[in-house]
Amino acid sequence: MALHKPYLDVPGTTIFDAEQSRRGYHLNQFCMSLMKAENRQRFKADERKYLDEWPMTEQQKQAVLARDLNRCMALGGNIYFLAKVGATDGLSFQQMAGSMTGMTEAEYRAMMIAGGRSPEGNRFVGEDGDAQAHRQPQGAAGQKG
Amino acid sequence: MARITASVYTSHVPAIGAAIDHGKTAEPYWQPVFAGYDFSKQWMKDNRPDLIFLVYNDHATAFSLEMIPTFAIGTAAEFKPADEGYGARPVPTVIGHPELASHIAQSVIQDDFDLTIVNKMDVDHGLTVPLSLMCGQPQAWPCPVIPFAVNVVQYPVPSGRRCFALGQAIRRAVESFDEPLKVQIWGTGGMSHQLQGPRAGLINAEWDNRFLDRLIADPAELSQVPHIEYVREAGSEGIELVMWLIARGAMADVAGGKPPVLRHRFFHVPASNTAVGHLILENPQ
Repeated sequence: MALHKPYLDVPGTTIFDAEQSRRGYHLNQFCMSLMKAENRQRFKADERKYLDEWPMTEQQKQAVLARDLNRCMALGGNIYFLAKVGATDGLSFQQMAGSMTGMTEAEYRAMMIAGGRSPEGNRFVGEDGDAQAHRQPQGAAGQKG
Repeated sequence: MARITASVYTSHVPAIGAAIDHGKTAEPYWQPVFAGYDFSKQWMKDNRPDLIFLVYNDHATAFSLEMIPTFAIGTAAEFKPADEGYGARPVPTVIGHPELASHIAQSVIQDDFDLTIVNKMDVDHGLTVPLSLMCGQPQAWPCPVIPFAVNVVQYPVPSGRRCFALGQAIRRAVESFDEPLKVQIWGTGGMSHQLQGPRAGLINAEWDNRFLDRLIADPAELSQVPHIEYVREAGSEGIELVMWLIARGAMADVAGGKPPVLRHRFFHVPASNTAVGHLILENPQ
């Protein structure tokens, strides 16, 4: 019998449940290893070599190399673990969170100062809020072309 | 006997800790956040507890994916501030209270809550930022602290209902300890925030303030709110708010006593990605 997962219809959101955790175990444990300064140094010196020490999928490694956090999350990453990669890069949590929206750092910061993203239109997939799939990327990046 | 004198509720945003540690509290961005805690710092001096039972969550710091305890009580003599990737926060070591922590563990487990007992762990911003907000930058924290970590990282996290019932069990455990300790219980995390995906940056001030209203006046009803409402209305990381129900469940009125006195209420948007909420509730003497 299927498990009850009422959170699959929240737009722009990946809930880190047991299934995602299983999928992302090695990806997240790699992130965790960056809590040690010597590991951060080794990773920065040769990212690919360091990643190859972990039994991660090639997709996961590519997503880390590209710093594509949305992709990392789809492949089982959890934001608190992925934050260790951001910390290694010297990024703040706000910079990391903003990177997943397509907005520039300044655009995202301005949105937060103005009161944050509204829940209106962003509660269920299929509404018309700014977090919905058809409105990505956000900010100036989404208005080009 | 020991007794719970008050409960404190506050967000534990890591950027708040960084602002304190780097001397930025007077900057225009941060000043309104810290102004909301001026009353609280004085209140802490005037109502110094003998012990703080501090409910928080670990953010992939002490607990990786190797082990994911739902409820973990720190029974060690001390807990070091963790290096979360930026170096450890320059804050005092947290002194524990192994005797009361062990007593609470035994009592609460016999009350059917399966706690994980942790004799060695570092504590991250989830625990140290609330201490900084309430106590400033002292050489040593004003009293011992029992860390109580709740899994809110991997779903499913404990329900609000279970957290509320756990708070009641913690109150019974505290009151069966023979030493006459004045204990505060703190619930931390939240309020609305989402740190991931295209919906990152979600804030719902209206829902947050209704949460505060309900936490004060009708926590039993609030405890029935399902996870999905937190996620949809307050963001995927807003789920941290279930931890506030542990502290609220430990207050006297839940066990038939008098309603708590609201000493302080504060709300501000934003701190980094997050809505900051803060309450102080006292049990009547």
